[in-house]
Amino acid sequence: MAEIQLKSLAHSYSANPSGPGDYAIRQLDHVWHKGGAYALLGPSGCGKSTMLNIISGLVQPSEGEVLFDGKRVNELSPRDRNIAQVFQFPVVYDSMTVFENLAFPLKNNKVPAAKIKTRVQEIAEVLEIEDKLHKKAKNLTADEKQKVSMGRGLVREDVSAILFDEPLTVIDPQLKWKLRRKLKQIHEKFDITMVYVTHDQLEASTFADRIAVMYDGQVVQFGTPTELFEAPNHTFVGYFIGSPGMNILEVERCSGGVRFDSTELRLEPWQLDLLGAMTSENVKVGIRPEFIEISPVMSDDTYAAEVRDVEDLGTYKIVTVELGGQQMKVRQSEEFDAGIGSQVNLLFPAQWLMLYVDEFLVQEQQ
Amino acid sequence: MDKIPDNRAWWLVLPVFLLVAFSALIPLMTVVNYSVQDIFGPGQAYYVGTEWFKEVLTDQRLQDSLIRQFAFSGAVLLIQIPLGIGVALMMPKSGIKGSLCLILVAIPLLIPWNVVGTIWQIFARGDIGLFGWAVNQAGIDYNYTGDTVDAWLTVLLMDVWHWTPLVALLCYSGLRAIPEAFYQAAEIDRASKWAVFRYIQLPRLKSVLIIAVLLRFMDSFMIYIEPFVLTGGGPGSSTTFLSQTLTTMAIGQFDLGRAAAFSLIYFLIVLLISWLFFTAITHADKEK
Repeated sequence: MAEIQLKSLAHSYSANPSGPGDYAIRQLDHVWHKGGAYALLGPSGCGKSTMLNIISGLVQPSEGEVLFDGKRVNELSPRDRNIAQVFQFPVVYDSMTVFENLAFPLKNNKVPAAKIKTRVQEIAEVLEIEDKLHKKAKNLTADEKQKVSMGRGLVREDVSAILFDEPLTVIDPQLKWKLRRKLKQIHEKFDITMVYVTHDQLEASTFADRIAVMYDGQVVQFGTPTELFEAPNHTFVGYFIGSPGMNILEVERCSGGVRFDSTELRLEPWQLDLLGAMTSENVKVGIRPEFIEISPVMSDDTYAAEVRDVEDLGTYKIVTVELGGQQMKVRQSEEFDAGIGSQVNLLFPAQWLMLYVDEFLVQEQQ
Repeated sequence: MDKIPDNRAWWLVLPVFLLVAFSALIPLMTVVNYSVQDIFGPGQAYYVGTEWFKEVLTDQRLQDSLIRQFAFSGAVLLIQIPLGIGVALMMPKSGIKGSLCLILVAIPLLIPWNVVGTIWQIFARGDIGLFGWAVNQAGIDYNYTGDTVDAWLTVLLMDVWHWTPLVALLCYSGLRAIPEAFYQAAEIDRASKWAVFRYIQLPRLKSVLIIAVLLRFMDSFMIYIEPFVLTGGGPGSSTTFLSQTLTTMAIGQFDLGRAAAFSLIYFLIVLLISWLFFTAITHADKEK
């Protein structure tokens, strides 16, 4: 087990990167603490897998350092870093049986045969493949293969960390949920540092204690699922986490707050102070669909908007409203019954109005 | 769906039947025809039944050459298959170096067989051949025209030079078809180089190796031109392999009945051993 630290890490797949666009990972500092269960969440192509391969040593970073427990490991091969990694698509050694597959990493580490046997048995039980142990690996189904693939990662006890690169892609949804629980249990049982790459926020939040959201080669936020939901540090996090994502409104500065079209939004005094201290014209306000309220009565605090669309999702409704030329989504209970084209009064609770300058959250200083 | 019985459909098999007839059956039947008759001339043919076969099977000369043939093919497979795999493993994976290597390795395959024989005939000579001269200069008494062992080694060396590239190219293509993910997984699992070869590369080379073994067996078992040009089957009959014995019988002595009977046995041996190889290799890893 180890603490994994990435120090001003950057990576480009081209030999002579000429601009930020050539970088898969840009100037990144990050620490994965010992024994944590982490998720690395982000859209396809944001550099998640690159980061994972840099940690495991399959890819050499162009710049920066990788430290395991404070020791630089850039020059070490994956073999010497003693790290386990599970890939997106199952890799099984098809000439071997399931047992031999699971025993392979242990055999390579010269673990005594008796120990191998008990350990393989233990992992096979956790993954529920103990009845398949003597089957040839090539005759397995896709999800059994992936279980074997995962098992090879889990079987070693002394690893620095286990890295999962979207390991459940080929698995059908029902089993997916079960395996995720399994991984979580394994983590609780063996207390190994685990990093789980995914583009699925649900997968990330069921598995991990803390989630790192990656966007465009950078970690834009590292926090608990609640933090990511309630205070997205970057407009991308707001948009990416949640279903539907956060409403992001482009606004201009005005006296007493910000406005778009003819609508003025009132901000908290500290937000205004901080905004005043910044010069950027790239100002946005975000609010989650869950936090917008629809008030039955018009008042000074409400904004009159027009209903454009109502989607009934069975347990709740997503209402699309238009206010001052910008559309936003509001989550409402099943009882909401205003028709398309009708007027509603929106309420924006001040504590849920997030202010973004240059895409990053303006936060109250503690 | 109901099947409609219509015997006219049999006509659809006709093209295949004709093709097989012309490509295999009719030429083969000529040989069969000769093998069961003693033919002196037009109109002078006598049915002899299995007499030729019995005679051929007990012929000392043929038995000797059959043993030599098995020894030669065995040696060819034992040397060329591991060597070919080794060469393929050492070749660069891609890029200009890889292409250059491919071309260099493939050159012997492009040389006509009798030219290969001629090249080695001169190359291995003690007086004017670079190889023969160099070996003699190194203090080893070497003369492939006079010494049985030297002749054997020269024929083997020539065949290794000529045909190992085929095995190497087949293995190279097999190796390139292994996805990078397997090597990455092996690296993560801390597999040794040997373990990578034994558990990843070798199993995934199996299908190309079946082809390589079969091709090399069949070709070496029917080898004719190269040793014929190089040693003429000598010294004595030490490098006279089956097809040369057969040719001498059929064309030199015009002993068509015996030659035909022997041709059929020869053909059956090749067929049987190829089948044995194939079944043995493909059955080896069936689920027990």
